[in-house]
Amino acid sequence: MTPAVVVVLAVLAAAVLVAAAVLVARRRRRTPTAGIDGDSAVGQLADRVVDRVAERDPGAAAEASGSLRDRLGKARAALAGSLASAFEKPSISEDSWTEVTEALIRADVGLSVSSEIVGATRARVAAGSDQPAQAVAALQAELRERLGGFDRTLARRDDGQRPSVWLFVGVNGTGKTTTIGKLAKRESDLGARVVLAAGDTFRAAAADQLAMWAERSSAHIVRGAEGADPASVVFDAVESAAARGADLVLADTAGRFHTSQNLMSELQKVRRVAEKGSGTVTETLLVLDATTGQNGLAQARQFTEAVNVTGVVLTKLDGSAKGGIVVSVQTELGVPVKLVGVGEGIADLMPFDESEFVDALFA
Amino acid sequence: MFETLTDRFEAAFTKLRGRGRLSADDVDETLTEIRVALLEADVNLDVVTNLTARIRERAVGEELSRALNPAQQVVKIVLSELTASLGGERLALTYASKPPTVVLLAGLQGTGKTTNAAKLAQWFLRQGRSPLLVGADLQRPAAVEQLRTLGGRAGVPVFSHSRSPVKAASASLAEATRTGRDVVIVDTAGRLAIDDEMMDQVRRISKAVKPHYTFLVVDATVGQDAVSSARAFHDSLALDGVILTKLDGDARGGAALSVKEVVGRPIAFASVGEKLEDFEPFHPDRLASRILGMGDVETLIDKAESAFEAEEAEQTATRLLEGTFTLDDFLSTMQQVLGMGNLRSLIGMMPGVPRELRSADIDEGRIGRITGMIHSMTPAERADPDIIDASRRQRIAAGSGCRPADVKSLIDQFKQMRSMMKGLGGLGPKRSSAGSRARPAKQPGRSKQKAGAQRRGGGRTTPKGPKPVSKAPLALPGLEKGDWPGFN
Repeated sequence: MTPAVVVVLAVLAAAVLVAAAVLVARRRRRTPTAGIDGDSAVGQLADRVVDRVAERDPGAAAEASGSLRDRLGKARAALAGSLASAFEKPSISEDSWTEVTEALIRADVGLSVSSEIVGATRARVAAGSDQPAQAVAALQAELRERLGGFDRTLARRDDGQRPSVWLFVGVNGTGKTTTIGKLAKRESDLGARVVLAAGDTFRAAAADQLAMWAERSSAHIVRGAEGADPASVVFDAVESAAARGADLVLADTAGRFHTSQNLMSELQKVRRVAEKGSGTVTETLLVLDATTGQNGLAQARQFTEAVNVTGVVLTKLDGSAKGGIVVSVQTELGVPVKLVGVGEGIADLMPFDESEFVDALFA
Repeated sequence: MFETLTDRFEAAFTKLRGRGRLSADDVDETLTEIRVALLEADVNLDVVTNLTARIRERAVGEELSRALNPAQQVVKIVLSELTASLGGERLALTYASKPPTVVLLAGLQGTGKTTNAAKLAQWFLRQGRSPLLVGADLQRPAAVEQLRTLGGRAGVPVFSHSRSPVKAASASLAEATRTGRDVVIVDTAGRLAIDDEMMDQVRRISKAVKPHYTFLVVDATVGQDAVSSARAFHDSLALDGVILTKLDGDARGGAALSVKEVVGRPIAFASVGEKLEDFEPFHPDRLASRILGMGDVETLIDKAESAFEAEEAEQTATRLLEGTFTLDDFLSTMQQVLGMGNLRSLIGMMPGVPRELRSADIDEGRIGRITGMIHSMTPAERADPDIIDASRRQRIAAGSGCRPADVKSLIDQFKQMRSMMKGLGGLGPKRSSAGSRARPAKQPGRSKQKAGAQRRGGGRTTPKGPKPVSKAPLALPGLEKGDWPGFN
């Protein structure tokens, strides 16, 4: 390290300090999670699960960089195997429950929520039964209960006016534009007149992408220049929809990280401006990628705080990822999954069904 | 929300730091924390198992019983295991003796292949190469248009073929030779690892172009599934490396550990923002130390060196330490710092920054307002903010569209920080003396530690509005008093 570098560092440290002191607006809200620090049960569970994996695969470490292909195969198969074996035995042991926890963790349900689910399931079968069949039933019932009981219809205005606006939000690359394309087709086929708002003015060619979907679904599209104010594009789309007597505006937005305060403020503005004219936002749909890990809950929480998310679209569920994070999203935030994306084709969009989801979690 | 991996480790190690000797129970307790932390950070369960097993093996044993300070030992073991898992070495790119050098990008949908193809192209440009981008994603509507737009922004030509991705890829080699491009970057469609047809297509593309480097583009927010998809891509394409994207969010990138462990190839690049220049070679040692809360000083130095003119910086630093730093200096320093990239990620790289500051929301919109305020001042006011009275404040506020109170708080904070930095002047000679020229990890820590002490003593006034920063001294955890013997 040369002295010049030291000087540069000193200036830098100073500058960053200044910038931080001046710019730090407020401490990020820290919401207590399921009390992991104080909750040694979760820690013990982590230990048990990890120890179990270690016992089962003593050579895992050495094998890791080589061929693991045979050991795990496709994720679905692996998960099915691990859960099936948990309940295959004639009676349920402590080990079975650890195995269930492991399966849940592998499905991205998360450590603390998995632990809660297993705890609740055990309470359900506590009455002296050690029958595997009952345990499976209890686990599925527990999960269905956690996921069930939500209204999953996509809301329209109930005042008889038009248009209703459905706003799509989420981090980068989750599939917002593709979801809008598929939904435009579905709603058009059901007889609605649909206008697409190309509110992603940031990503290169995002509007072109949406325009192609508009063509496929014979929807009308309103777009602005690249770099234009997304709120104004959405406003124009709403007014255009009102003028044409269209029923629905599907508004795309640029992918953004929930940690970027500026971009979240921009999104709040889009939502506000969407209601300035003739439209009402009846759905704000968070598009969540099924491969997302525990960060998905942070995403959902921050987007919900910012723009009051009314539903989740879980995309890419046709892959090997399970999308287990929506269990937390739905139970902790009370935001239901409304739609599921299962492919790149225009028809690859389905309503969410908790029973099917639970079956798939262990399938 | 979940605490980050760094926070978790900090919590675990704080417990250890208080002890003189380490019992087997202590090790186990730490391991529990580490397991929970790794699982919450989306590190794959198998990888967690391997990693903690290796840590335990090394921690509970001969090595530890000889140790004078067991906490340091464990920290060191964890760090070295994390570094080893993240790659140990960085990927050194070499160019084909007979150009073009071909790079193939593959991955799941929405991980950022197209954006990173353009980023990579710009990176090659900066290395003095002349890249050609190839759009072989005909699946997603307008993907090639996106690549063309990005290519235009980076100043890199884009080649494609409207009907067949395999043809686009194979014809691109001749195109590169014809137009004298020496690096070809092939962007492919996003595909699921279990989609046999699409995986076969990417294999055919790979066969057609015979890439020198095949990169898997991996999203840092991915969960447990990272392992299975990475393995499938590796089996199909024999990956040479990984590009880790979306590190600008708050996902800690546990997926990086998983993928590295499974694929066994280095993570070559990291994408840390939405701009084309938010892209850098990945340094496993840096991410490992960042994960452990030790900051990422090396990246900071790299960035600083490219953003600052050495002489100019030296002058600014002198003025800073002498206390003759003006608002003009502040403005230009600030702009240079911003030129280095996202402020929050910069802060994240500084060692010893308290969690509160690291996770604080930084409202970058306020930078514009601050710039506006300073621009609304006369040169005399910028040189000596003491002359700013109520009426000048009124004028500045009117000129920049702020309230007089905003102007006051800016000036107060500026003065306060100036006097704080002046206090550091005493450290100057010591710092630059050749004998004690400190290791990079220690240098800023020392100055910041001092800065923290100074701040405490100075009776810092808190500006209006929400509490800005933690009052905790900005100390460097684990690096006090010549800790870490022989290890930096």
